[in-house]
Order: sequence, then C-alpha cells, then structure tokens
Amino acid sequence: MKSYPISIKPFGERAILVEWPKEVNEAILADILDFMDAFKEKGILGWEMSVAYNSVTMVYNFGPVDFDETKVVIQECRKNQTKSKTQRIQHLWTLPVCYDLEFGLDMENVARTLNLSTDELIKQHTSHEYVVYGIGFLPGFMYLGGLPSTLEIPRRAEPRLKVEKGAVGLAGKQTGIYPQESPGGWNIIGNCPVNLFDPDKSTPCFINVGDKIRFTSISEAEHKLHKIEGEVGIYKPEKIALNA
Amino acid sequence: MLKVLKAGLYSSIQDLGRFGYRDIGVPVAGAMDSESVKKANLLLDNEENDAVMEITMTGPTLQFNYDTYISLSGAQIMATLNNEPVYNYTVIKVKEGDILSYGRLETGFRGYLAIKGGFKTGKVLNSRSHFYPVTKMGRIKDGDELPYEATQNYAPKISGVKIEELFGLGTLKVFKGPEFSLLSDTQLADIFTRTFGVSKENNRMAYQLAELITGHSHSILTSGTLPGTIQLTPAGRMIILMKDGQTTGGYPRILQLSEASISILAQKKYGDELRFKLV
Repeated sequence: MKSYPISIKPFGERAILVEWPKEVNEAILADILDFMDAFKEKGILGWEMSVAYNSVTMVYNFGPVDFDETKVVIQECRKNQTKSKTQRIQHLWTLPVCYDLEFGLDMENVARTLNLSTDELIKQHTSHEYVVYGIGFLPGFMYLGGLPSTLEIPRRAEPRLKVEKGAVGLAGKQTGIYPQESPGGWNIIGNCPVNLFDPDKSTPCFINVGDKIRFTSISEAEHKLHKIEGEVGIYKPEKIALNA
Repeated sequence: MLKVLKAGLYSSIQDLGRFGYRDIGVPVAGAMDSESVKKANLLLDNEENDAVMEITMTGPTLQFNYDTYISLSGAQIMATLNNEPVYNYTVIKVKEGDILSYGRLETGFRGYLAIKGGFKTGKVLNSRSHFYPVTKMGRIKDGDELPYEATQNYAPKISGVKIEELFGLGTLKVFKGPEFSLLSDTQLADIFTRTFGVSKENNRMAYQLAELITGHSHSILTSGTLPGTIQLTPAGRMIILMKDGQTTGGYPRILQLSEASISILAQKKYGDELRFKLV
C-alpha cells in the first residue's frame, strides 16, 4: 500500500489537525484508519479523533496540548502503523429508501436537470456502493463518497428551512441522509426510514467511518412498515461483513 | 425541584459539555461562557462540571421547592430574591418557596445560576447540557421542574471570587487556523486592523460578524471544526463557531479563538464591537 505524506498542524490550544493529500479515495481513508488504530494503541486517554475525507481532527479534552510533544507521538505512530488491520471489521449496509414523490421533493427537478428519467435516476442511485468518509455536521450525518458523475447536481439555490428526518439528498459529488430534521440545501430525492442516530443506545450511531452503504428502493408501504419497526426497535438493516 | 414560572428568553441547562462523541457528529455543547460557570460552581464547592442554568439576556422567574444555596455569575442581569436584590459572585441562601426573578440586563449577555450540588436533570451521552435533538428538549420552558438536592446548612469556604470582568474586553485572542496561510495581505490587514460588530445572526451555534472582508475562492474538503473556529465564507463573511456548532465544516478555518476568548465572545450581543489579536 502507498504511504502518504501527512501534515501535522496545531489547531488552537487543545487540538491538532493531521491532514493527508487533498483527495477523496479509499486508500487514503484506510491509511487514516490505520493511523488512528496505531494512536489508540498508545492508550493515551482523553483524545477524541474525528475523520473527514483526508483529515483527522484530534482534540484533547483534559486541557491544553503540547503540540511539539504530540507531533512526535503522531510521527511515531505513523512509522509503526500496521497496514489495513484485519481486526477492523467493516460492513456493507443496505439502507432502504422510498423515492416516492411524496418524499422526493426535488426528484422531478433533479431528473429534468440531469436529463434522466426518475426510474433511471433511482436505478443509478441504488446501483452504487458509497463509502462513509466521515460523520459530522449533524449527529449521525454520514459523508458518503462514490456518487456517479451522472448524478452530480449543485445544491439548491435557496436552502430549505426545514428538511425532514431521513431525507435523502444529492449535492455536488455527495449523497447523504439527514439523520434529523434540519435546515438544508441538498436536493431531496427520497426518504430513508431507518433511525441513524439514537442517543439512548450504547452505540448511538451503528454505522462507522469506513463502512459502505448501498441504497435499495422501497415502496411507500414498506417505508411505513420499516418506520414502525424502527420505532419499536425490531428493524435491523441488512449488513454484510466486508472483511470478517 | 426548581419550578420554572417563566422561562425567560432562552434559558437552558448546561455543564461544561458533551465530550467523546465528536466522531459521530455530536457538538460539544455546554456553557458558552465556561469561565463564569467555573466561578459560580467554585463558590458553592460544586464540581466544575456541575450543571447550571444558562440565561440569555432576559432571565427567568423561578421558585425553589427546597432550601439550598445558589450563586450567580456571568452577565450582570439585575436579580431579586423575593423582591430583594441579589448580586453576582456571592453565595445566596434560598428557602423553600422563595422566588428568584431577573430584571434588566446591565453588562454582558449570558448569566449563570449555579445551585448547591448542581442541577440533577438527566444525562444524555454523559452530559446534562441541553442540545436538541440529542436531548429531548433544547431549552427550559414555562412550567418545567428541575431537580436539585436540598441543602440546609452550608458554610462557604470562600464568600466571593475575584471578578475579572473578562467579558468587558473587546479584544479576542486568536491562533492561526489550519487554513491561515490562504489569507491574502489585504485579508490579514482587514482582520487585524479593523473593528468588527456582532451581527444579528448570533446564537449558541455561531456568531457571524457584521462586516465583510475581502472574499475568496478557496475550497477545502470538509474537515473538523471546534468551538472557537473562525470560518471565512467565499463572500468574506467571518463565522465564529460556538458550543453548539457543527463538528465539521467546508469553509476555510482561518483562525481559532483561545479558550478564554470563547467565554468573552459568549458575553457579546448584537451590535457589540470586537477586534482580533494574534497570539
């Protein structure tokens, strides 16, 4: 595997930003996750690490960080990190989406702009695997990469003040699901009935960075059913271990 | 229980924050002016992280159902206990049935009410800080009942803390942000020589500054942000993320406020002026 050059920057008094080359690709993500495993193995308490595409933001919660000292630790981890550990099990999740116009507020407009029929748009959106490159913006919001270029469309000129929970959207090279009601500027093409963030669970967010997502088209009735199943806690989205 | 007779403009329960969940997109939340919270808790021999009430501009009216001790800190909002004035940074004895109410805002923007032992509202993800929808409520509303433990006798070790009127300051100390090097000489001159006003767009998520500086066309890949991160939009708008701010962002992060300056900014309101000083 390629070894990428990284840059290590101070980020205020209690954080450090580690950056990889400015690209979106799975090899970089794997390298980042390997680095994080190596750092966690050091067992230094109090650090939070969040990944987004080509960076890890490392925040120390116990007070100010000594940048120079930590930089040395980071460089050591980098040197000793093992490549793509097999114990890091990643999953491919199948998430159901209802593309009905009731939910897909921008579906017709998106299809027209992209010069596709709505059926073709749904077919394309459901025939790719998307990689989770980070979780941020909202609790449980996944940054997904791997959208086919034929589905690239700019954000809406005017963001909506209120986008429904579960709304599935397209914006630029990204697709994603709003895990809660929120303002939002993405083009909404459907709705996913699966609850992606539950603060009452020991693992509030069951999908991890590095996992893959595939969407599957469901009917309005199935959407309703899965939503109810989710509310009573019996709906489990289909998953396959990728490297168990 | 503390009965909320009137909730005020925007009152919420906050501790020092919700740590350890940034990787799943959960903002830190917590008190905007953590310096004032620490002082209020110190007076009551509380833990630094004990939950307090954060009060914005217009305070609540509250009735105590058991005896306890309280302290007020942060913004100077005139307050009375059973119509008798009470003051910030002192330990105040409260009896069952007493009513605390707030009046005019004198200085600052956010006041804090600490109670002996801290508020015992529920914890979600290891914190009592309100942040909707991680917590069911985003703020206190009329009629709420907030649990606390009764205390009859408390002899404070200290009767007052040194009041450094940090929030009277107009200069915020900043560090270079990850994208500082993208700034042009014109932008640097703008940022460090001009005075900026707090715009109407200011809340627990972010403060936007009223004046624009020269814009840019840099794009970055979405990456981590923190409370105190200053982003620069292509239009030249400076946005300062605060405690409820999102954990990632896509605008260049040009500066990062010092921890103390986050508390100072938390006490600024629409129209207040500020300057930046690089440390």
